Amino acid sequence: MSLNTDNNLGIDADDAYAALLEAHRHLTPEQSQRLNARLVLILMNQVGELDIINQAIAAACNGLLTDTGAP
Amino acid sequence: MTKQHYQPFPTQTPPELKGAPARVYPVAIIGGGPIGLAAAVDLAQHGVEVIVLDQNNTVSVGSRAICWAKRTLDIFDRLGVGERMVRKGVTWQTGRLFHAQQEVFNFDLLPDTDYKMPAFVNLQQYHVEQYLVDRAGDFPDLIDLRFNNTVTDHVTSDTGVSLQISTPEGDYSLQAEYVIACDGANSPTRKRMGLSFEGESFEERFLIADIEMEDDPFANADNAERWFWFKPPFHEGQSALLHKQPDNIYRIDLQLGADTNPEEESRHENVTPRIQQIMGDKSFQLDWVSVYRFRCARLAQFVHGRLLFAGDSAHVVSPFGARGGNGGTHDVDNLCWKLAAVIQGRAPASLLDSYEQERGHGADENIRHSARATRFMSPANDMERLFRDEILSLAADLPFARAWINSGRLSTPCSLIDMPLQTSDTSDTLADDSRCGLVAPDLPLDNGDWLLASLSRNSFTLLLVGVNQTSIIDSSNLLDALPVVTISLTEHAQRRYGRGAFLIRPDQHIAARWEGTDLNASLVRLAWDRALGLADKAHAA
Repeated sequence: MSLNTDNNLGIDADDAYAALLEAHRHLTPEQSQRLNARLVLILMNQVGELDIINQAIAAACNGLLTDTGAP
Repeated sequence: MTKQHYQPFPTQTPPELKGAPARVYPVAIIGGGPIGLAAAVDLAQHGVEVIVLDQNNTVSVGSRAICWAKRTLDIFDRLGVGERMVRKGVTWQTGRLFHAQQEVFNFDLLPDTDYKMPAFVNLQQYHVEQYLVDRAGDFPDLIDLRFNNTVTDHVTSDTGVSLQISTPEGDYSLQAEYVIACDGANSPTRKRMGLSFEGESFEERFLIADIEMEDDPFANADNAERWFWFKPPFHEGQSALLHKQPDNIYRIDLQLGADTNPEEESRHENVTPRIQQIMGDKSFQLDWVSVYRFRCARLAQFVHGRLLFAGDSAHVVSPFGARGGNGGTHDVDNLCWKLAAVIQGRAPASLLDSYEQERGHGADENIRHSARATRFMSPANDMERLFRDEILSLAADLPFARAWINSGRLSTPCSLIDMPLQTSDTSDTLADDSRCGLVAPDLPLDNGDWLLASLSRNSFTLLLVGVNQTSIIDSSNLLDALPVVTISLTEHAQRRYGRGAFLIRPDQHIAARWEGTDLNASLVRLAWDRALGLADKAHAA
């Protein structure tokens, strides 16, 4: 199986993003970092496929080291 | 000023100042912007006499609302100005999204030839107002446009509203059974009543400029586009939007940031260099400049007894997504047939509560979408900014991220599915596009006309698709009052409706539907009563 890079949330994409921002809304920066870390771990477990997780990590890393900084 | 000449409308001395006997008007509308004028035309089409009171005597200055969505164009077509708007307006189909120097993606709103109206037309608000004023002239006995008439006070009672009006020729008072306040985002009516207008304000300031320019900025001059930039090279760290309007006028929206001095920023000598950075050496002329702050807010109630709010006076949204002018037009569409039915004794006054329910739902949806778009452009904190920036940086390579880029979710009709006026929908064979509570989909007819244009402009219509009228209607006097449109089951009709019967409200929403031959006159009567707010009677029947 290969990583799905198309929109997999359909019309719920905006709602999902709004939920993510809402979860962060009243957190301190440290708490926000922790939330992100936990979320990644929870979602990795939900994906449940090592191959997919490796592809996702590669996609997320892509360009990161060569970036001059924030986009 | 260039192309647009703000010609004063003729004014006449109100009859009240000429000693005419006092009378009660069915409806008075406060505010002669696009919403107030559209409401006047709609009510007149329903046979309701209406007075429009406007404090100015010209169309509004500056382009203001410019993007009119397909649903709104269908409404304006029902009001008799839609074709003129499309003829004059710029139909655009391509949107491009840029991040820094790079085009991240583009989308195509293909002009589907299977609908009468295009997805979007850009047209300055002042043209729309002019067309509506011209259209109002078709109803000399029903529409009385009173310019330079400023409402200074009002008193509501159980039977109507009394208005105090100031004119250059003197002051007078006027009685109306119902008043619609279409007096804009800073509604004096709302303020006079001390109603709270709650929601979310954003710190960022935005600058709008209209420029007149002979050269076209787009690659293909015959194909107007919408361009949106995040962090463009010409406007450090912010966002920008470019739209084309008729008469070689371009609209540019620039995000300015929170610590901006609006007066300073709107001075032409400060605006011009910013535009030059976008347009390079193309020669242009500044037409109109405005600086504003985003706000999303609404009244808790749109109906206050005999006083009703519609458009920006009832709800405001951030502009990206074009939900202000469009949302207000949808209010008119929803309200006027109900108000006419109440005034003409065909429906109980409680039908107006459904206006608040249905359009409150629409306002919430518009506010939700526009608040999200605003937060995407103007993140509330560092973490939001981080997510936003990483979405932008992933979007060029990974398509899923593009779905999250939010430069405004463009106005679409809101669904009234499962709301009380609609009869519950039990069909599993009819098309999803024609579920009860949705806008009836348009389609081309065999005779070259379009379906929506063939529906009644001011009453319910029974649409029969691929079924024979005589086989299902078993009562005669129902049809005396209910226009019937029969169409054949073409491929379009099959895809958008299916074989069956559809009760369509005057605002072109589907109130009830029946498969094939499930229909008899008493079912139609029941659904029709329900859609007129006579549900109790309907249940008792």
